Amino acid sequence: MRFIFKTDYDQDIRILKHSGYWWSYGILLAVMIATPYVLGSYMQSQLVFVFIYAIVGVALMILTGFTGQASLGHAAFLAIGAYTAGFMQSLGVPFIVYFPLAAVLTGIVGALVGFPALRLHGIYLVIATIAFAFIVEEVLARWESVTHGNEGMRVRTLDLFDIPIARDSDAFYFLCLLVLVGVTLLALNLLRSPTGRAFIAIRDSETAGKSMGIDLATYKVKSFAISAAITGMAGVLFAHKMTFISPEMFTLLLSIEFIMVIIIGGAFGVHGAIFGAIFIVMVDPFLTALKDDVPVLVSSIASSLGMAKETAADLRDDLSRIGSAAGLKGAIYGLIIMMFILFEPYGLYGRWLKVKLFFQLFPLYKRATFKRQKTYVKSERNR
Amino acid sequence: MLDFIQQLVSGIALGCVYGLIALGFVLIYKATEVVNFAQGDLMMLGGFFVFTFIGLMGLDYWLGFLFAVCGMAVFGMATERILIRPILGYPQFSIVMATIGLGYFLRSIAGMIWGTDDLKIETPFSAGVVKIGDLVLAHDKLSVIVATVILCIVLFAFFNYTRLGTAMRATSENMLAAYYMGIPVKRVVSLIWAISAAVAATAGVLLAPITFIHSNVGLALGLKAFPAAVLGGFGSIPGAVVGGLIIGVIETLAGFYLPQGWKDVMPYIVLLVVLLIRPQGLFGPSMRKKV
Repeated sequence: MRFIFKTDYDQDIRILKHSGYWWSYGILLAVMIATPYVLGSYMQSQLVFVFIYAIVGVALMILTGFTGQASLGHAAFLAIGAYTAGFMQSLGVPFIVYFPLAAVLTGIVGALVGFPALRLHGIYLVIATIAFAFIVEEVLARWESVTHGNEGMRVRTLDLFDIPIARDSDAFYFLCLLVLVGVTLLALNLLRSPTGRAFIAIRDSETAGKSMGIDLATYKVKSFAISAAITGMAGVLFAHKMTFISPEMFTLLLSIEFIMVIIIGGAFGVHGAIFGAIFIVMVDPFLTALKDDVPVLVSSIASSLGMAKETAADLRDDLSRIGSAAGLKGAIYGLIIMMFILFEPYGLYGRWLKVKLFFQLFPLYKRATFKRQKTYVKSERNR
Repeated sequence: MLDFIQQLVSGIALGCVYGLIALGFVLIYKATEVVNFAQGDLMMLGGFFVFTFIGLMGLDYWLGFLFAVCGMAVFGMATERILIRPILGYPQFSIVMATIGLGYFLRSIAGMIWGTDDLKIETPFSAGVVKIGDLVLAHDKLSVIVATVILCIVLFAFFNYTRLGTAMRATSENMLAAYYMGIPVKRVVSLIWAISAAVAATAGVLLAPITFIHSNVGLALGLKAFPAAVLGGFGSIPGAVVGGLIIGVIETLAGFYLPQGWKDVMPYIVLLVVLLIRPQGLFGPSMRKKV
């Protein structure tokens, strides 16, 4: 058990609060750097997707988790980043220029979306962002001189200072890792600054924030712009990872997946974005493994329990038929969302904190610590 | 000119479809402040129910209609009991996500049970047209318009003039106070889900001859009905229908007069413009927290 003796006000807002942070995050970083030399190319590629999803997750965390503005339009920001990269590259602009440019451009679009959002809240905001995403999707499909329409667009290999970085090379992995670490540090730094504090105040109560002198308009637009800019960066990496982009890759379903990232991770800390990204990306290989292994496993258990050989074989075939049914992935996604909201509303990071607190307080832990407040009165829900 | 009127009428018919689905959203929102993203999928499920009763079991159309509506009402109550009641009172967005999850789940399950082909049923409205002068109106579209008008009037009267409707409005305003006044809040919420699912089923059955029955039809229509409800101001029954009509007419006219591609985007552009000017929608009351 560690007791922290505070001697300085700055200790409250330090990113690395005590030496334990150096150790744990240092080890994590060392493991991440060593990973490509240990894992196979498939897992490495999955990890790159984890990084990209985590970058979007951090962006969404700033907007939804910390400013309290819901968005189901982040796939559109990702698309803008990706298409900027593709188009700029075809004009011969180097990566070092179009990477920040994509972020800036997406940030400007994000600010433009933020303006109508000033007066909207709750469900109206969700719908407005969905409407925006649809419009972007349609523009991408129709603006053929830039985006090649529905045929899609090929993105060439990334070129950093004349060194080509292939999509499945170690260098690309490190680039994504670097961007993720940078974005995470940026987010953490932002959240301990006055701007970040203002975001959190807006989330908790707009009225209270306003009476403390926070200019709601400025900060909401800022939050949208920052979130969009970070998503735009993820878009550039996404474009280079996929090597082919087309409008139907950036639909509402992708936006929902991004929201799932922060809900599953836990929408109250930057850790949550990363946990959520790991979960969402790894669900796919996990399901594939499940589909192949479970039927065999179940039937062998059944036959060892004394079931007749034919019945066991039938059971195996039935299970593998269910496992390979077309809609299974959607059903499992739906179940996962519902289960998390019902049983683990704080997400994976929340579970981690609960376990940690349980051991810290050992015999004194009580479940009510993490109980959420319910509001049954309409006027309390309007903020 | 005739072209314009013909387009207008088919726009109105389409708008009634959106309005009918939007009614379901609005009902649940009015009573519990829950936004049900799975409303379109409930409609889709209603279509599959009626297909099972009429197409597979060979029941009479009206009997199948009745069974499907009742079945969906029970389904709606079950959904409320299992999914919504434990999270009622939590932030709106987590409930929205839960219903999005429900929609995902229902779509996949329906696809797995009934397959992914377009299904069709024989209805009394399938064929036949009404001619007024040079204007041509198909029976199936007419049936949707009539049903929307009837449902709208019935629901409006229900909410404003019956005890249960008043209880539902009270529940929406303040659940705790309603509970203290002796209103059985849990039963009221459960009933409202039943009614909403029944409305969705009605929409599903009436749409069956127009759009066919398919597991993705709910998502496609639901995403159009949603702006309709928002446009009218969430929580206003006439607003839902007016919003639906506006979206439907705009979509049809844009498809006819503007270049290709505008048809799908135009409703959303109009929605954004309206929200810019009136953030609470056309008929929604303005909400401010008093401090």
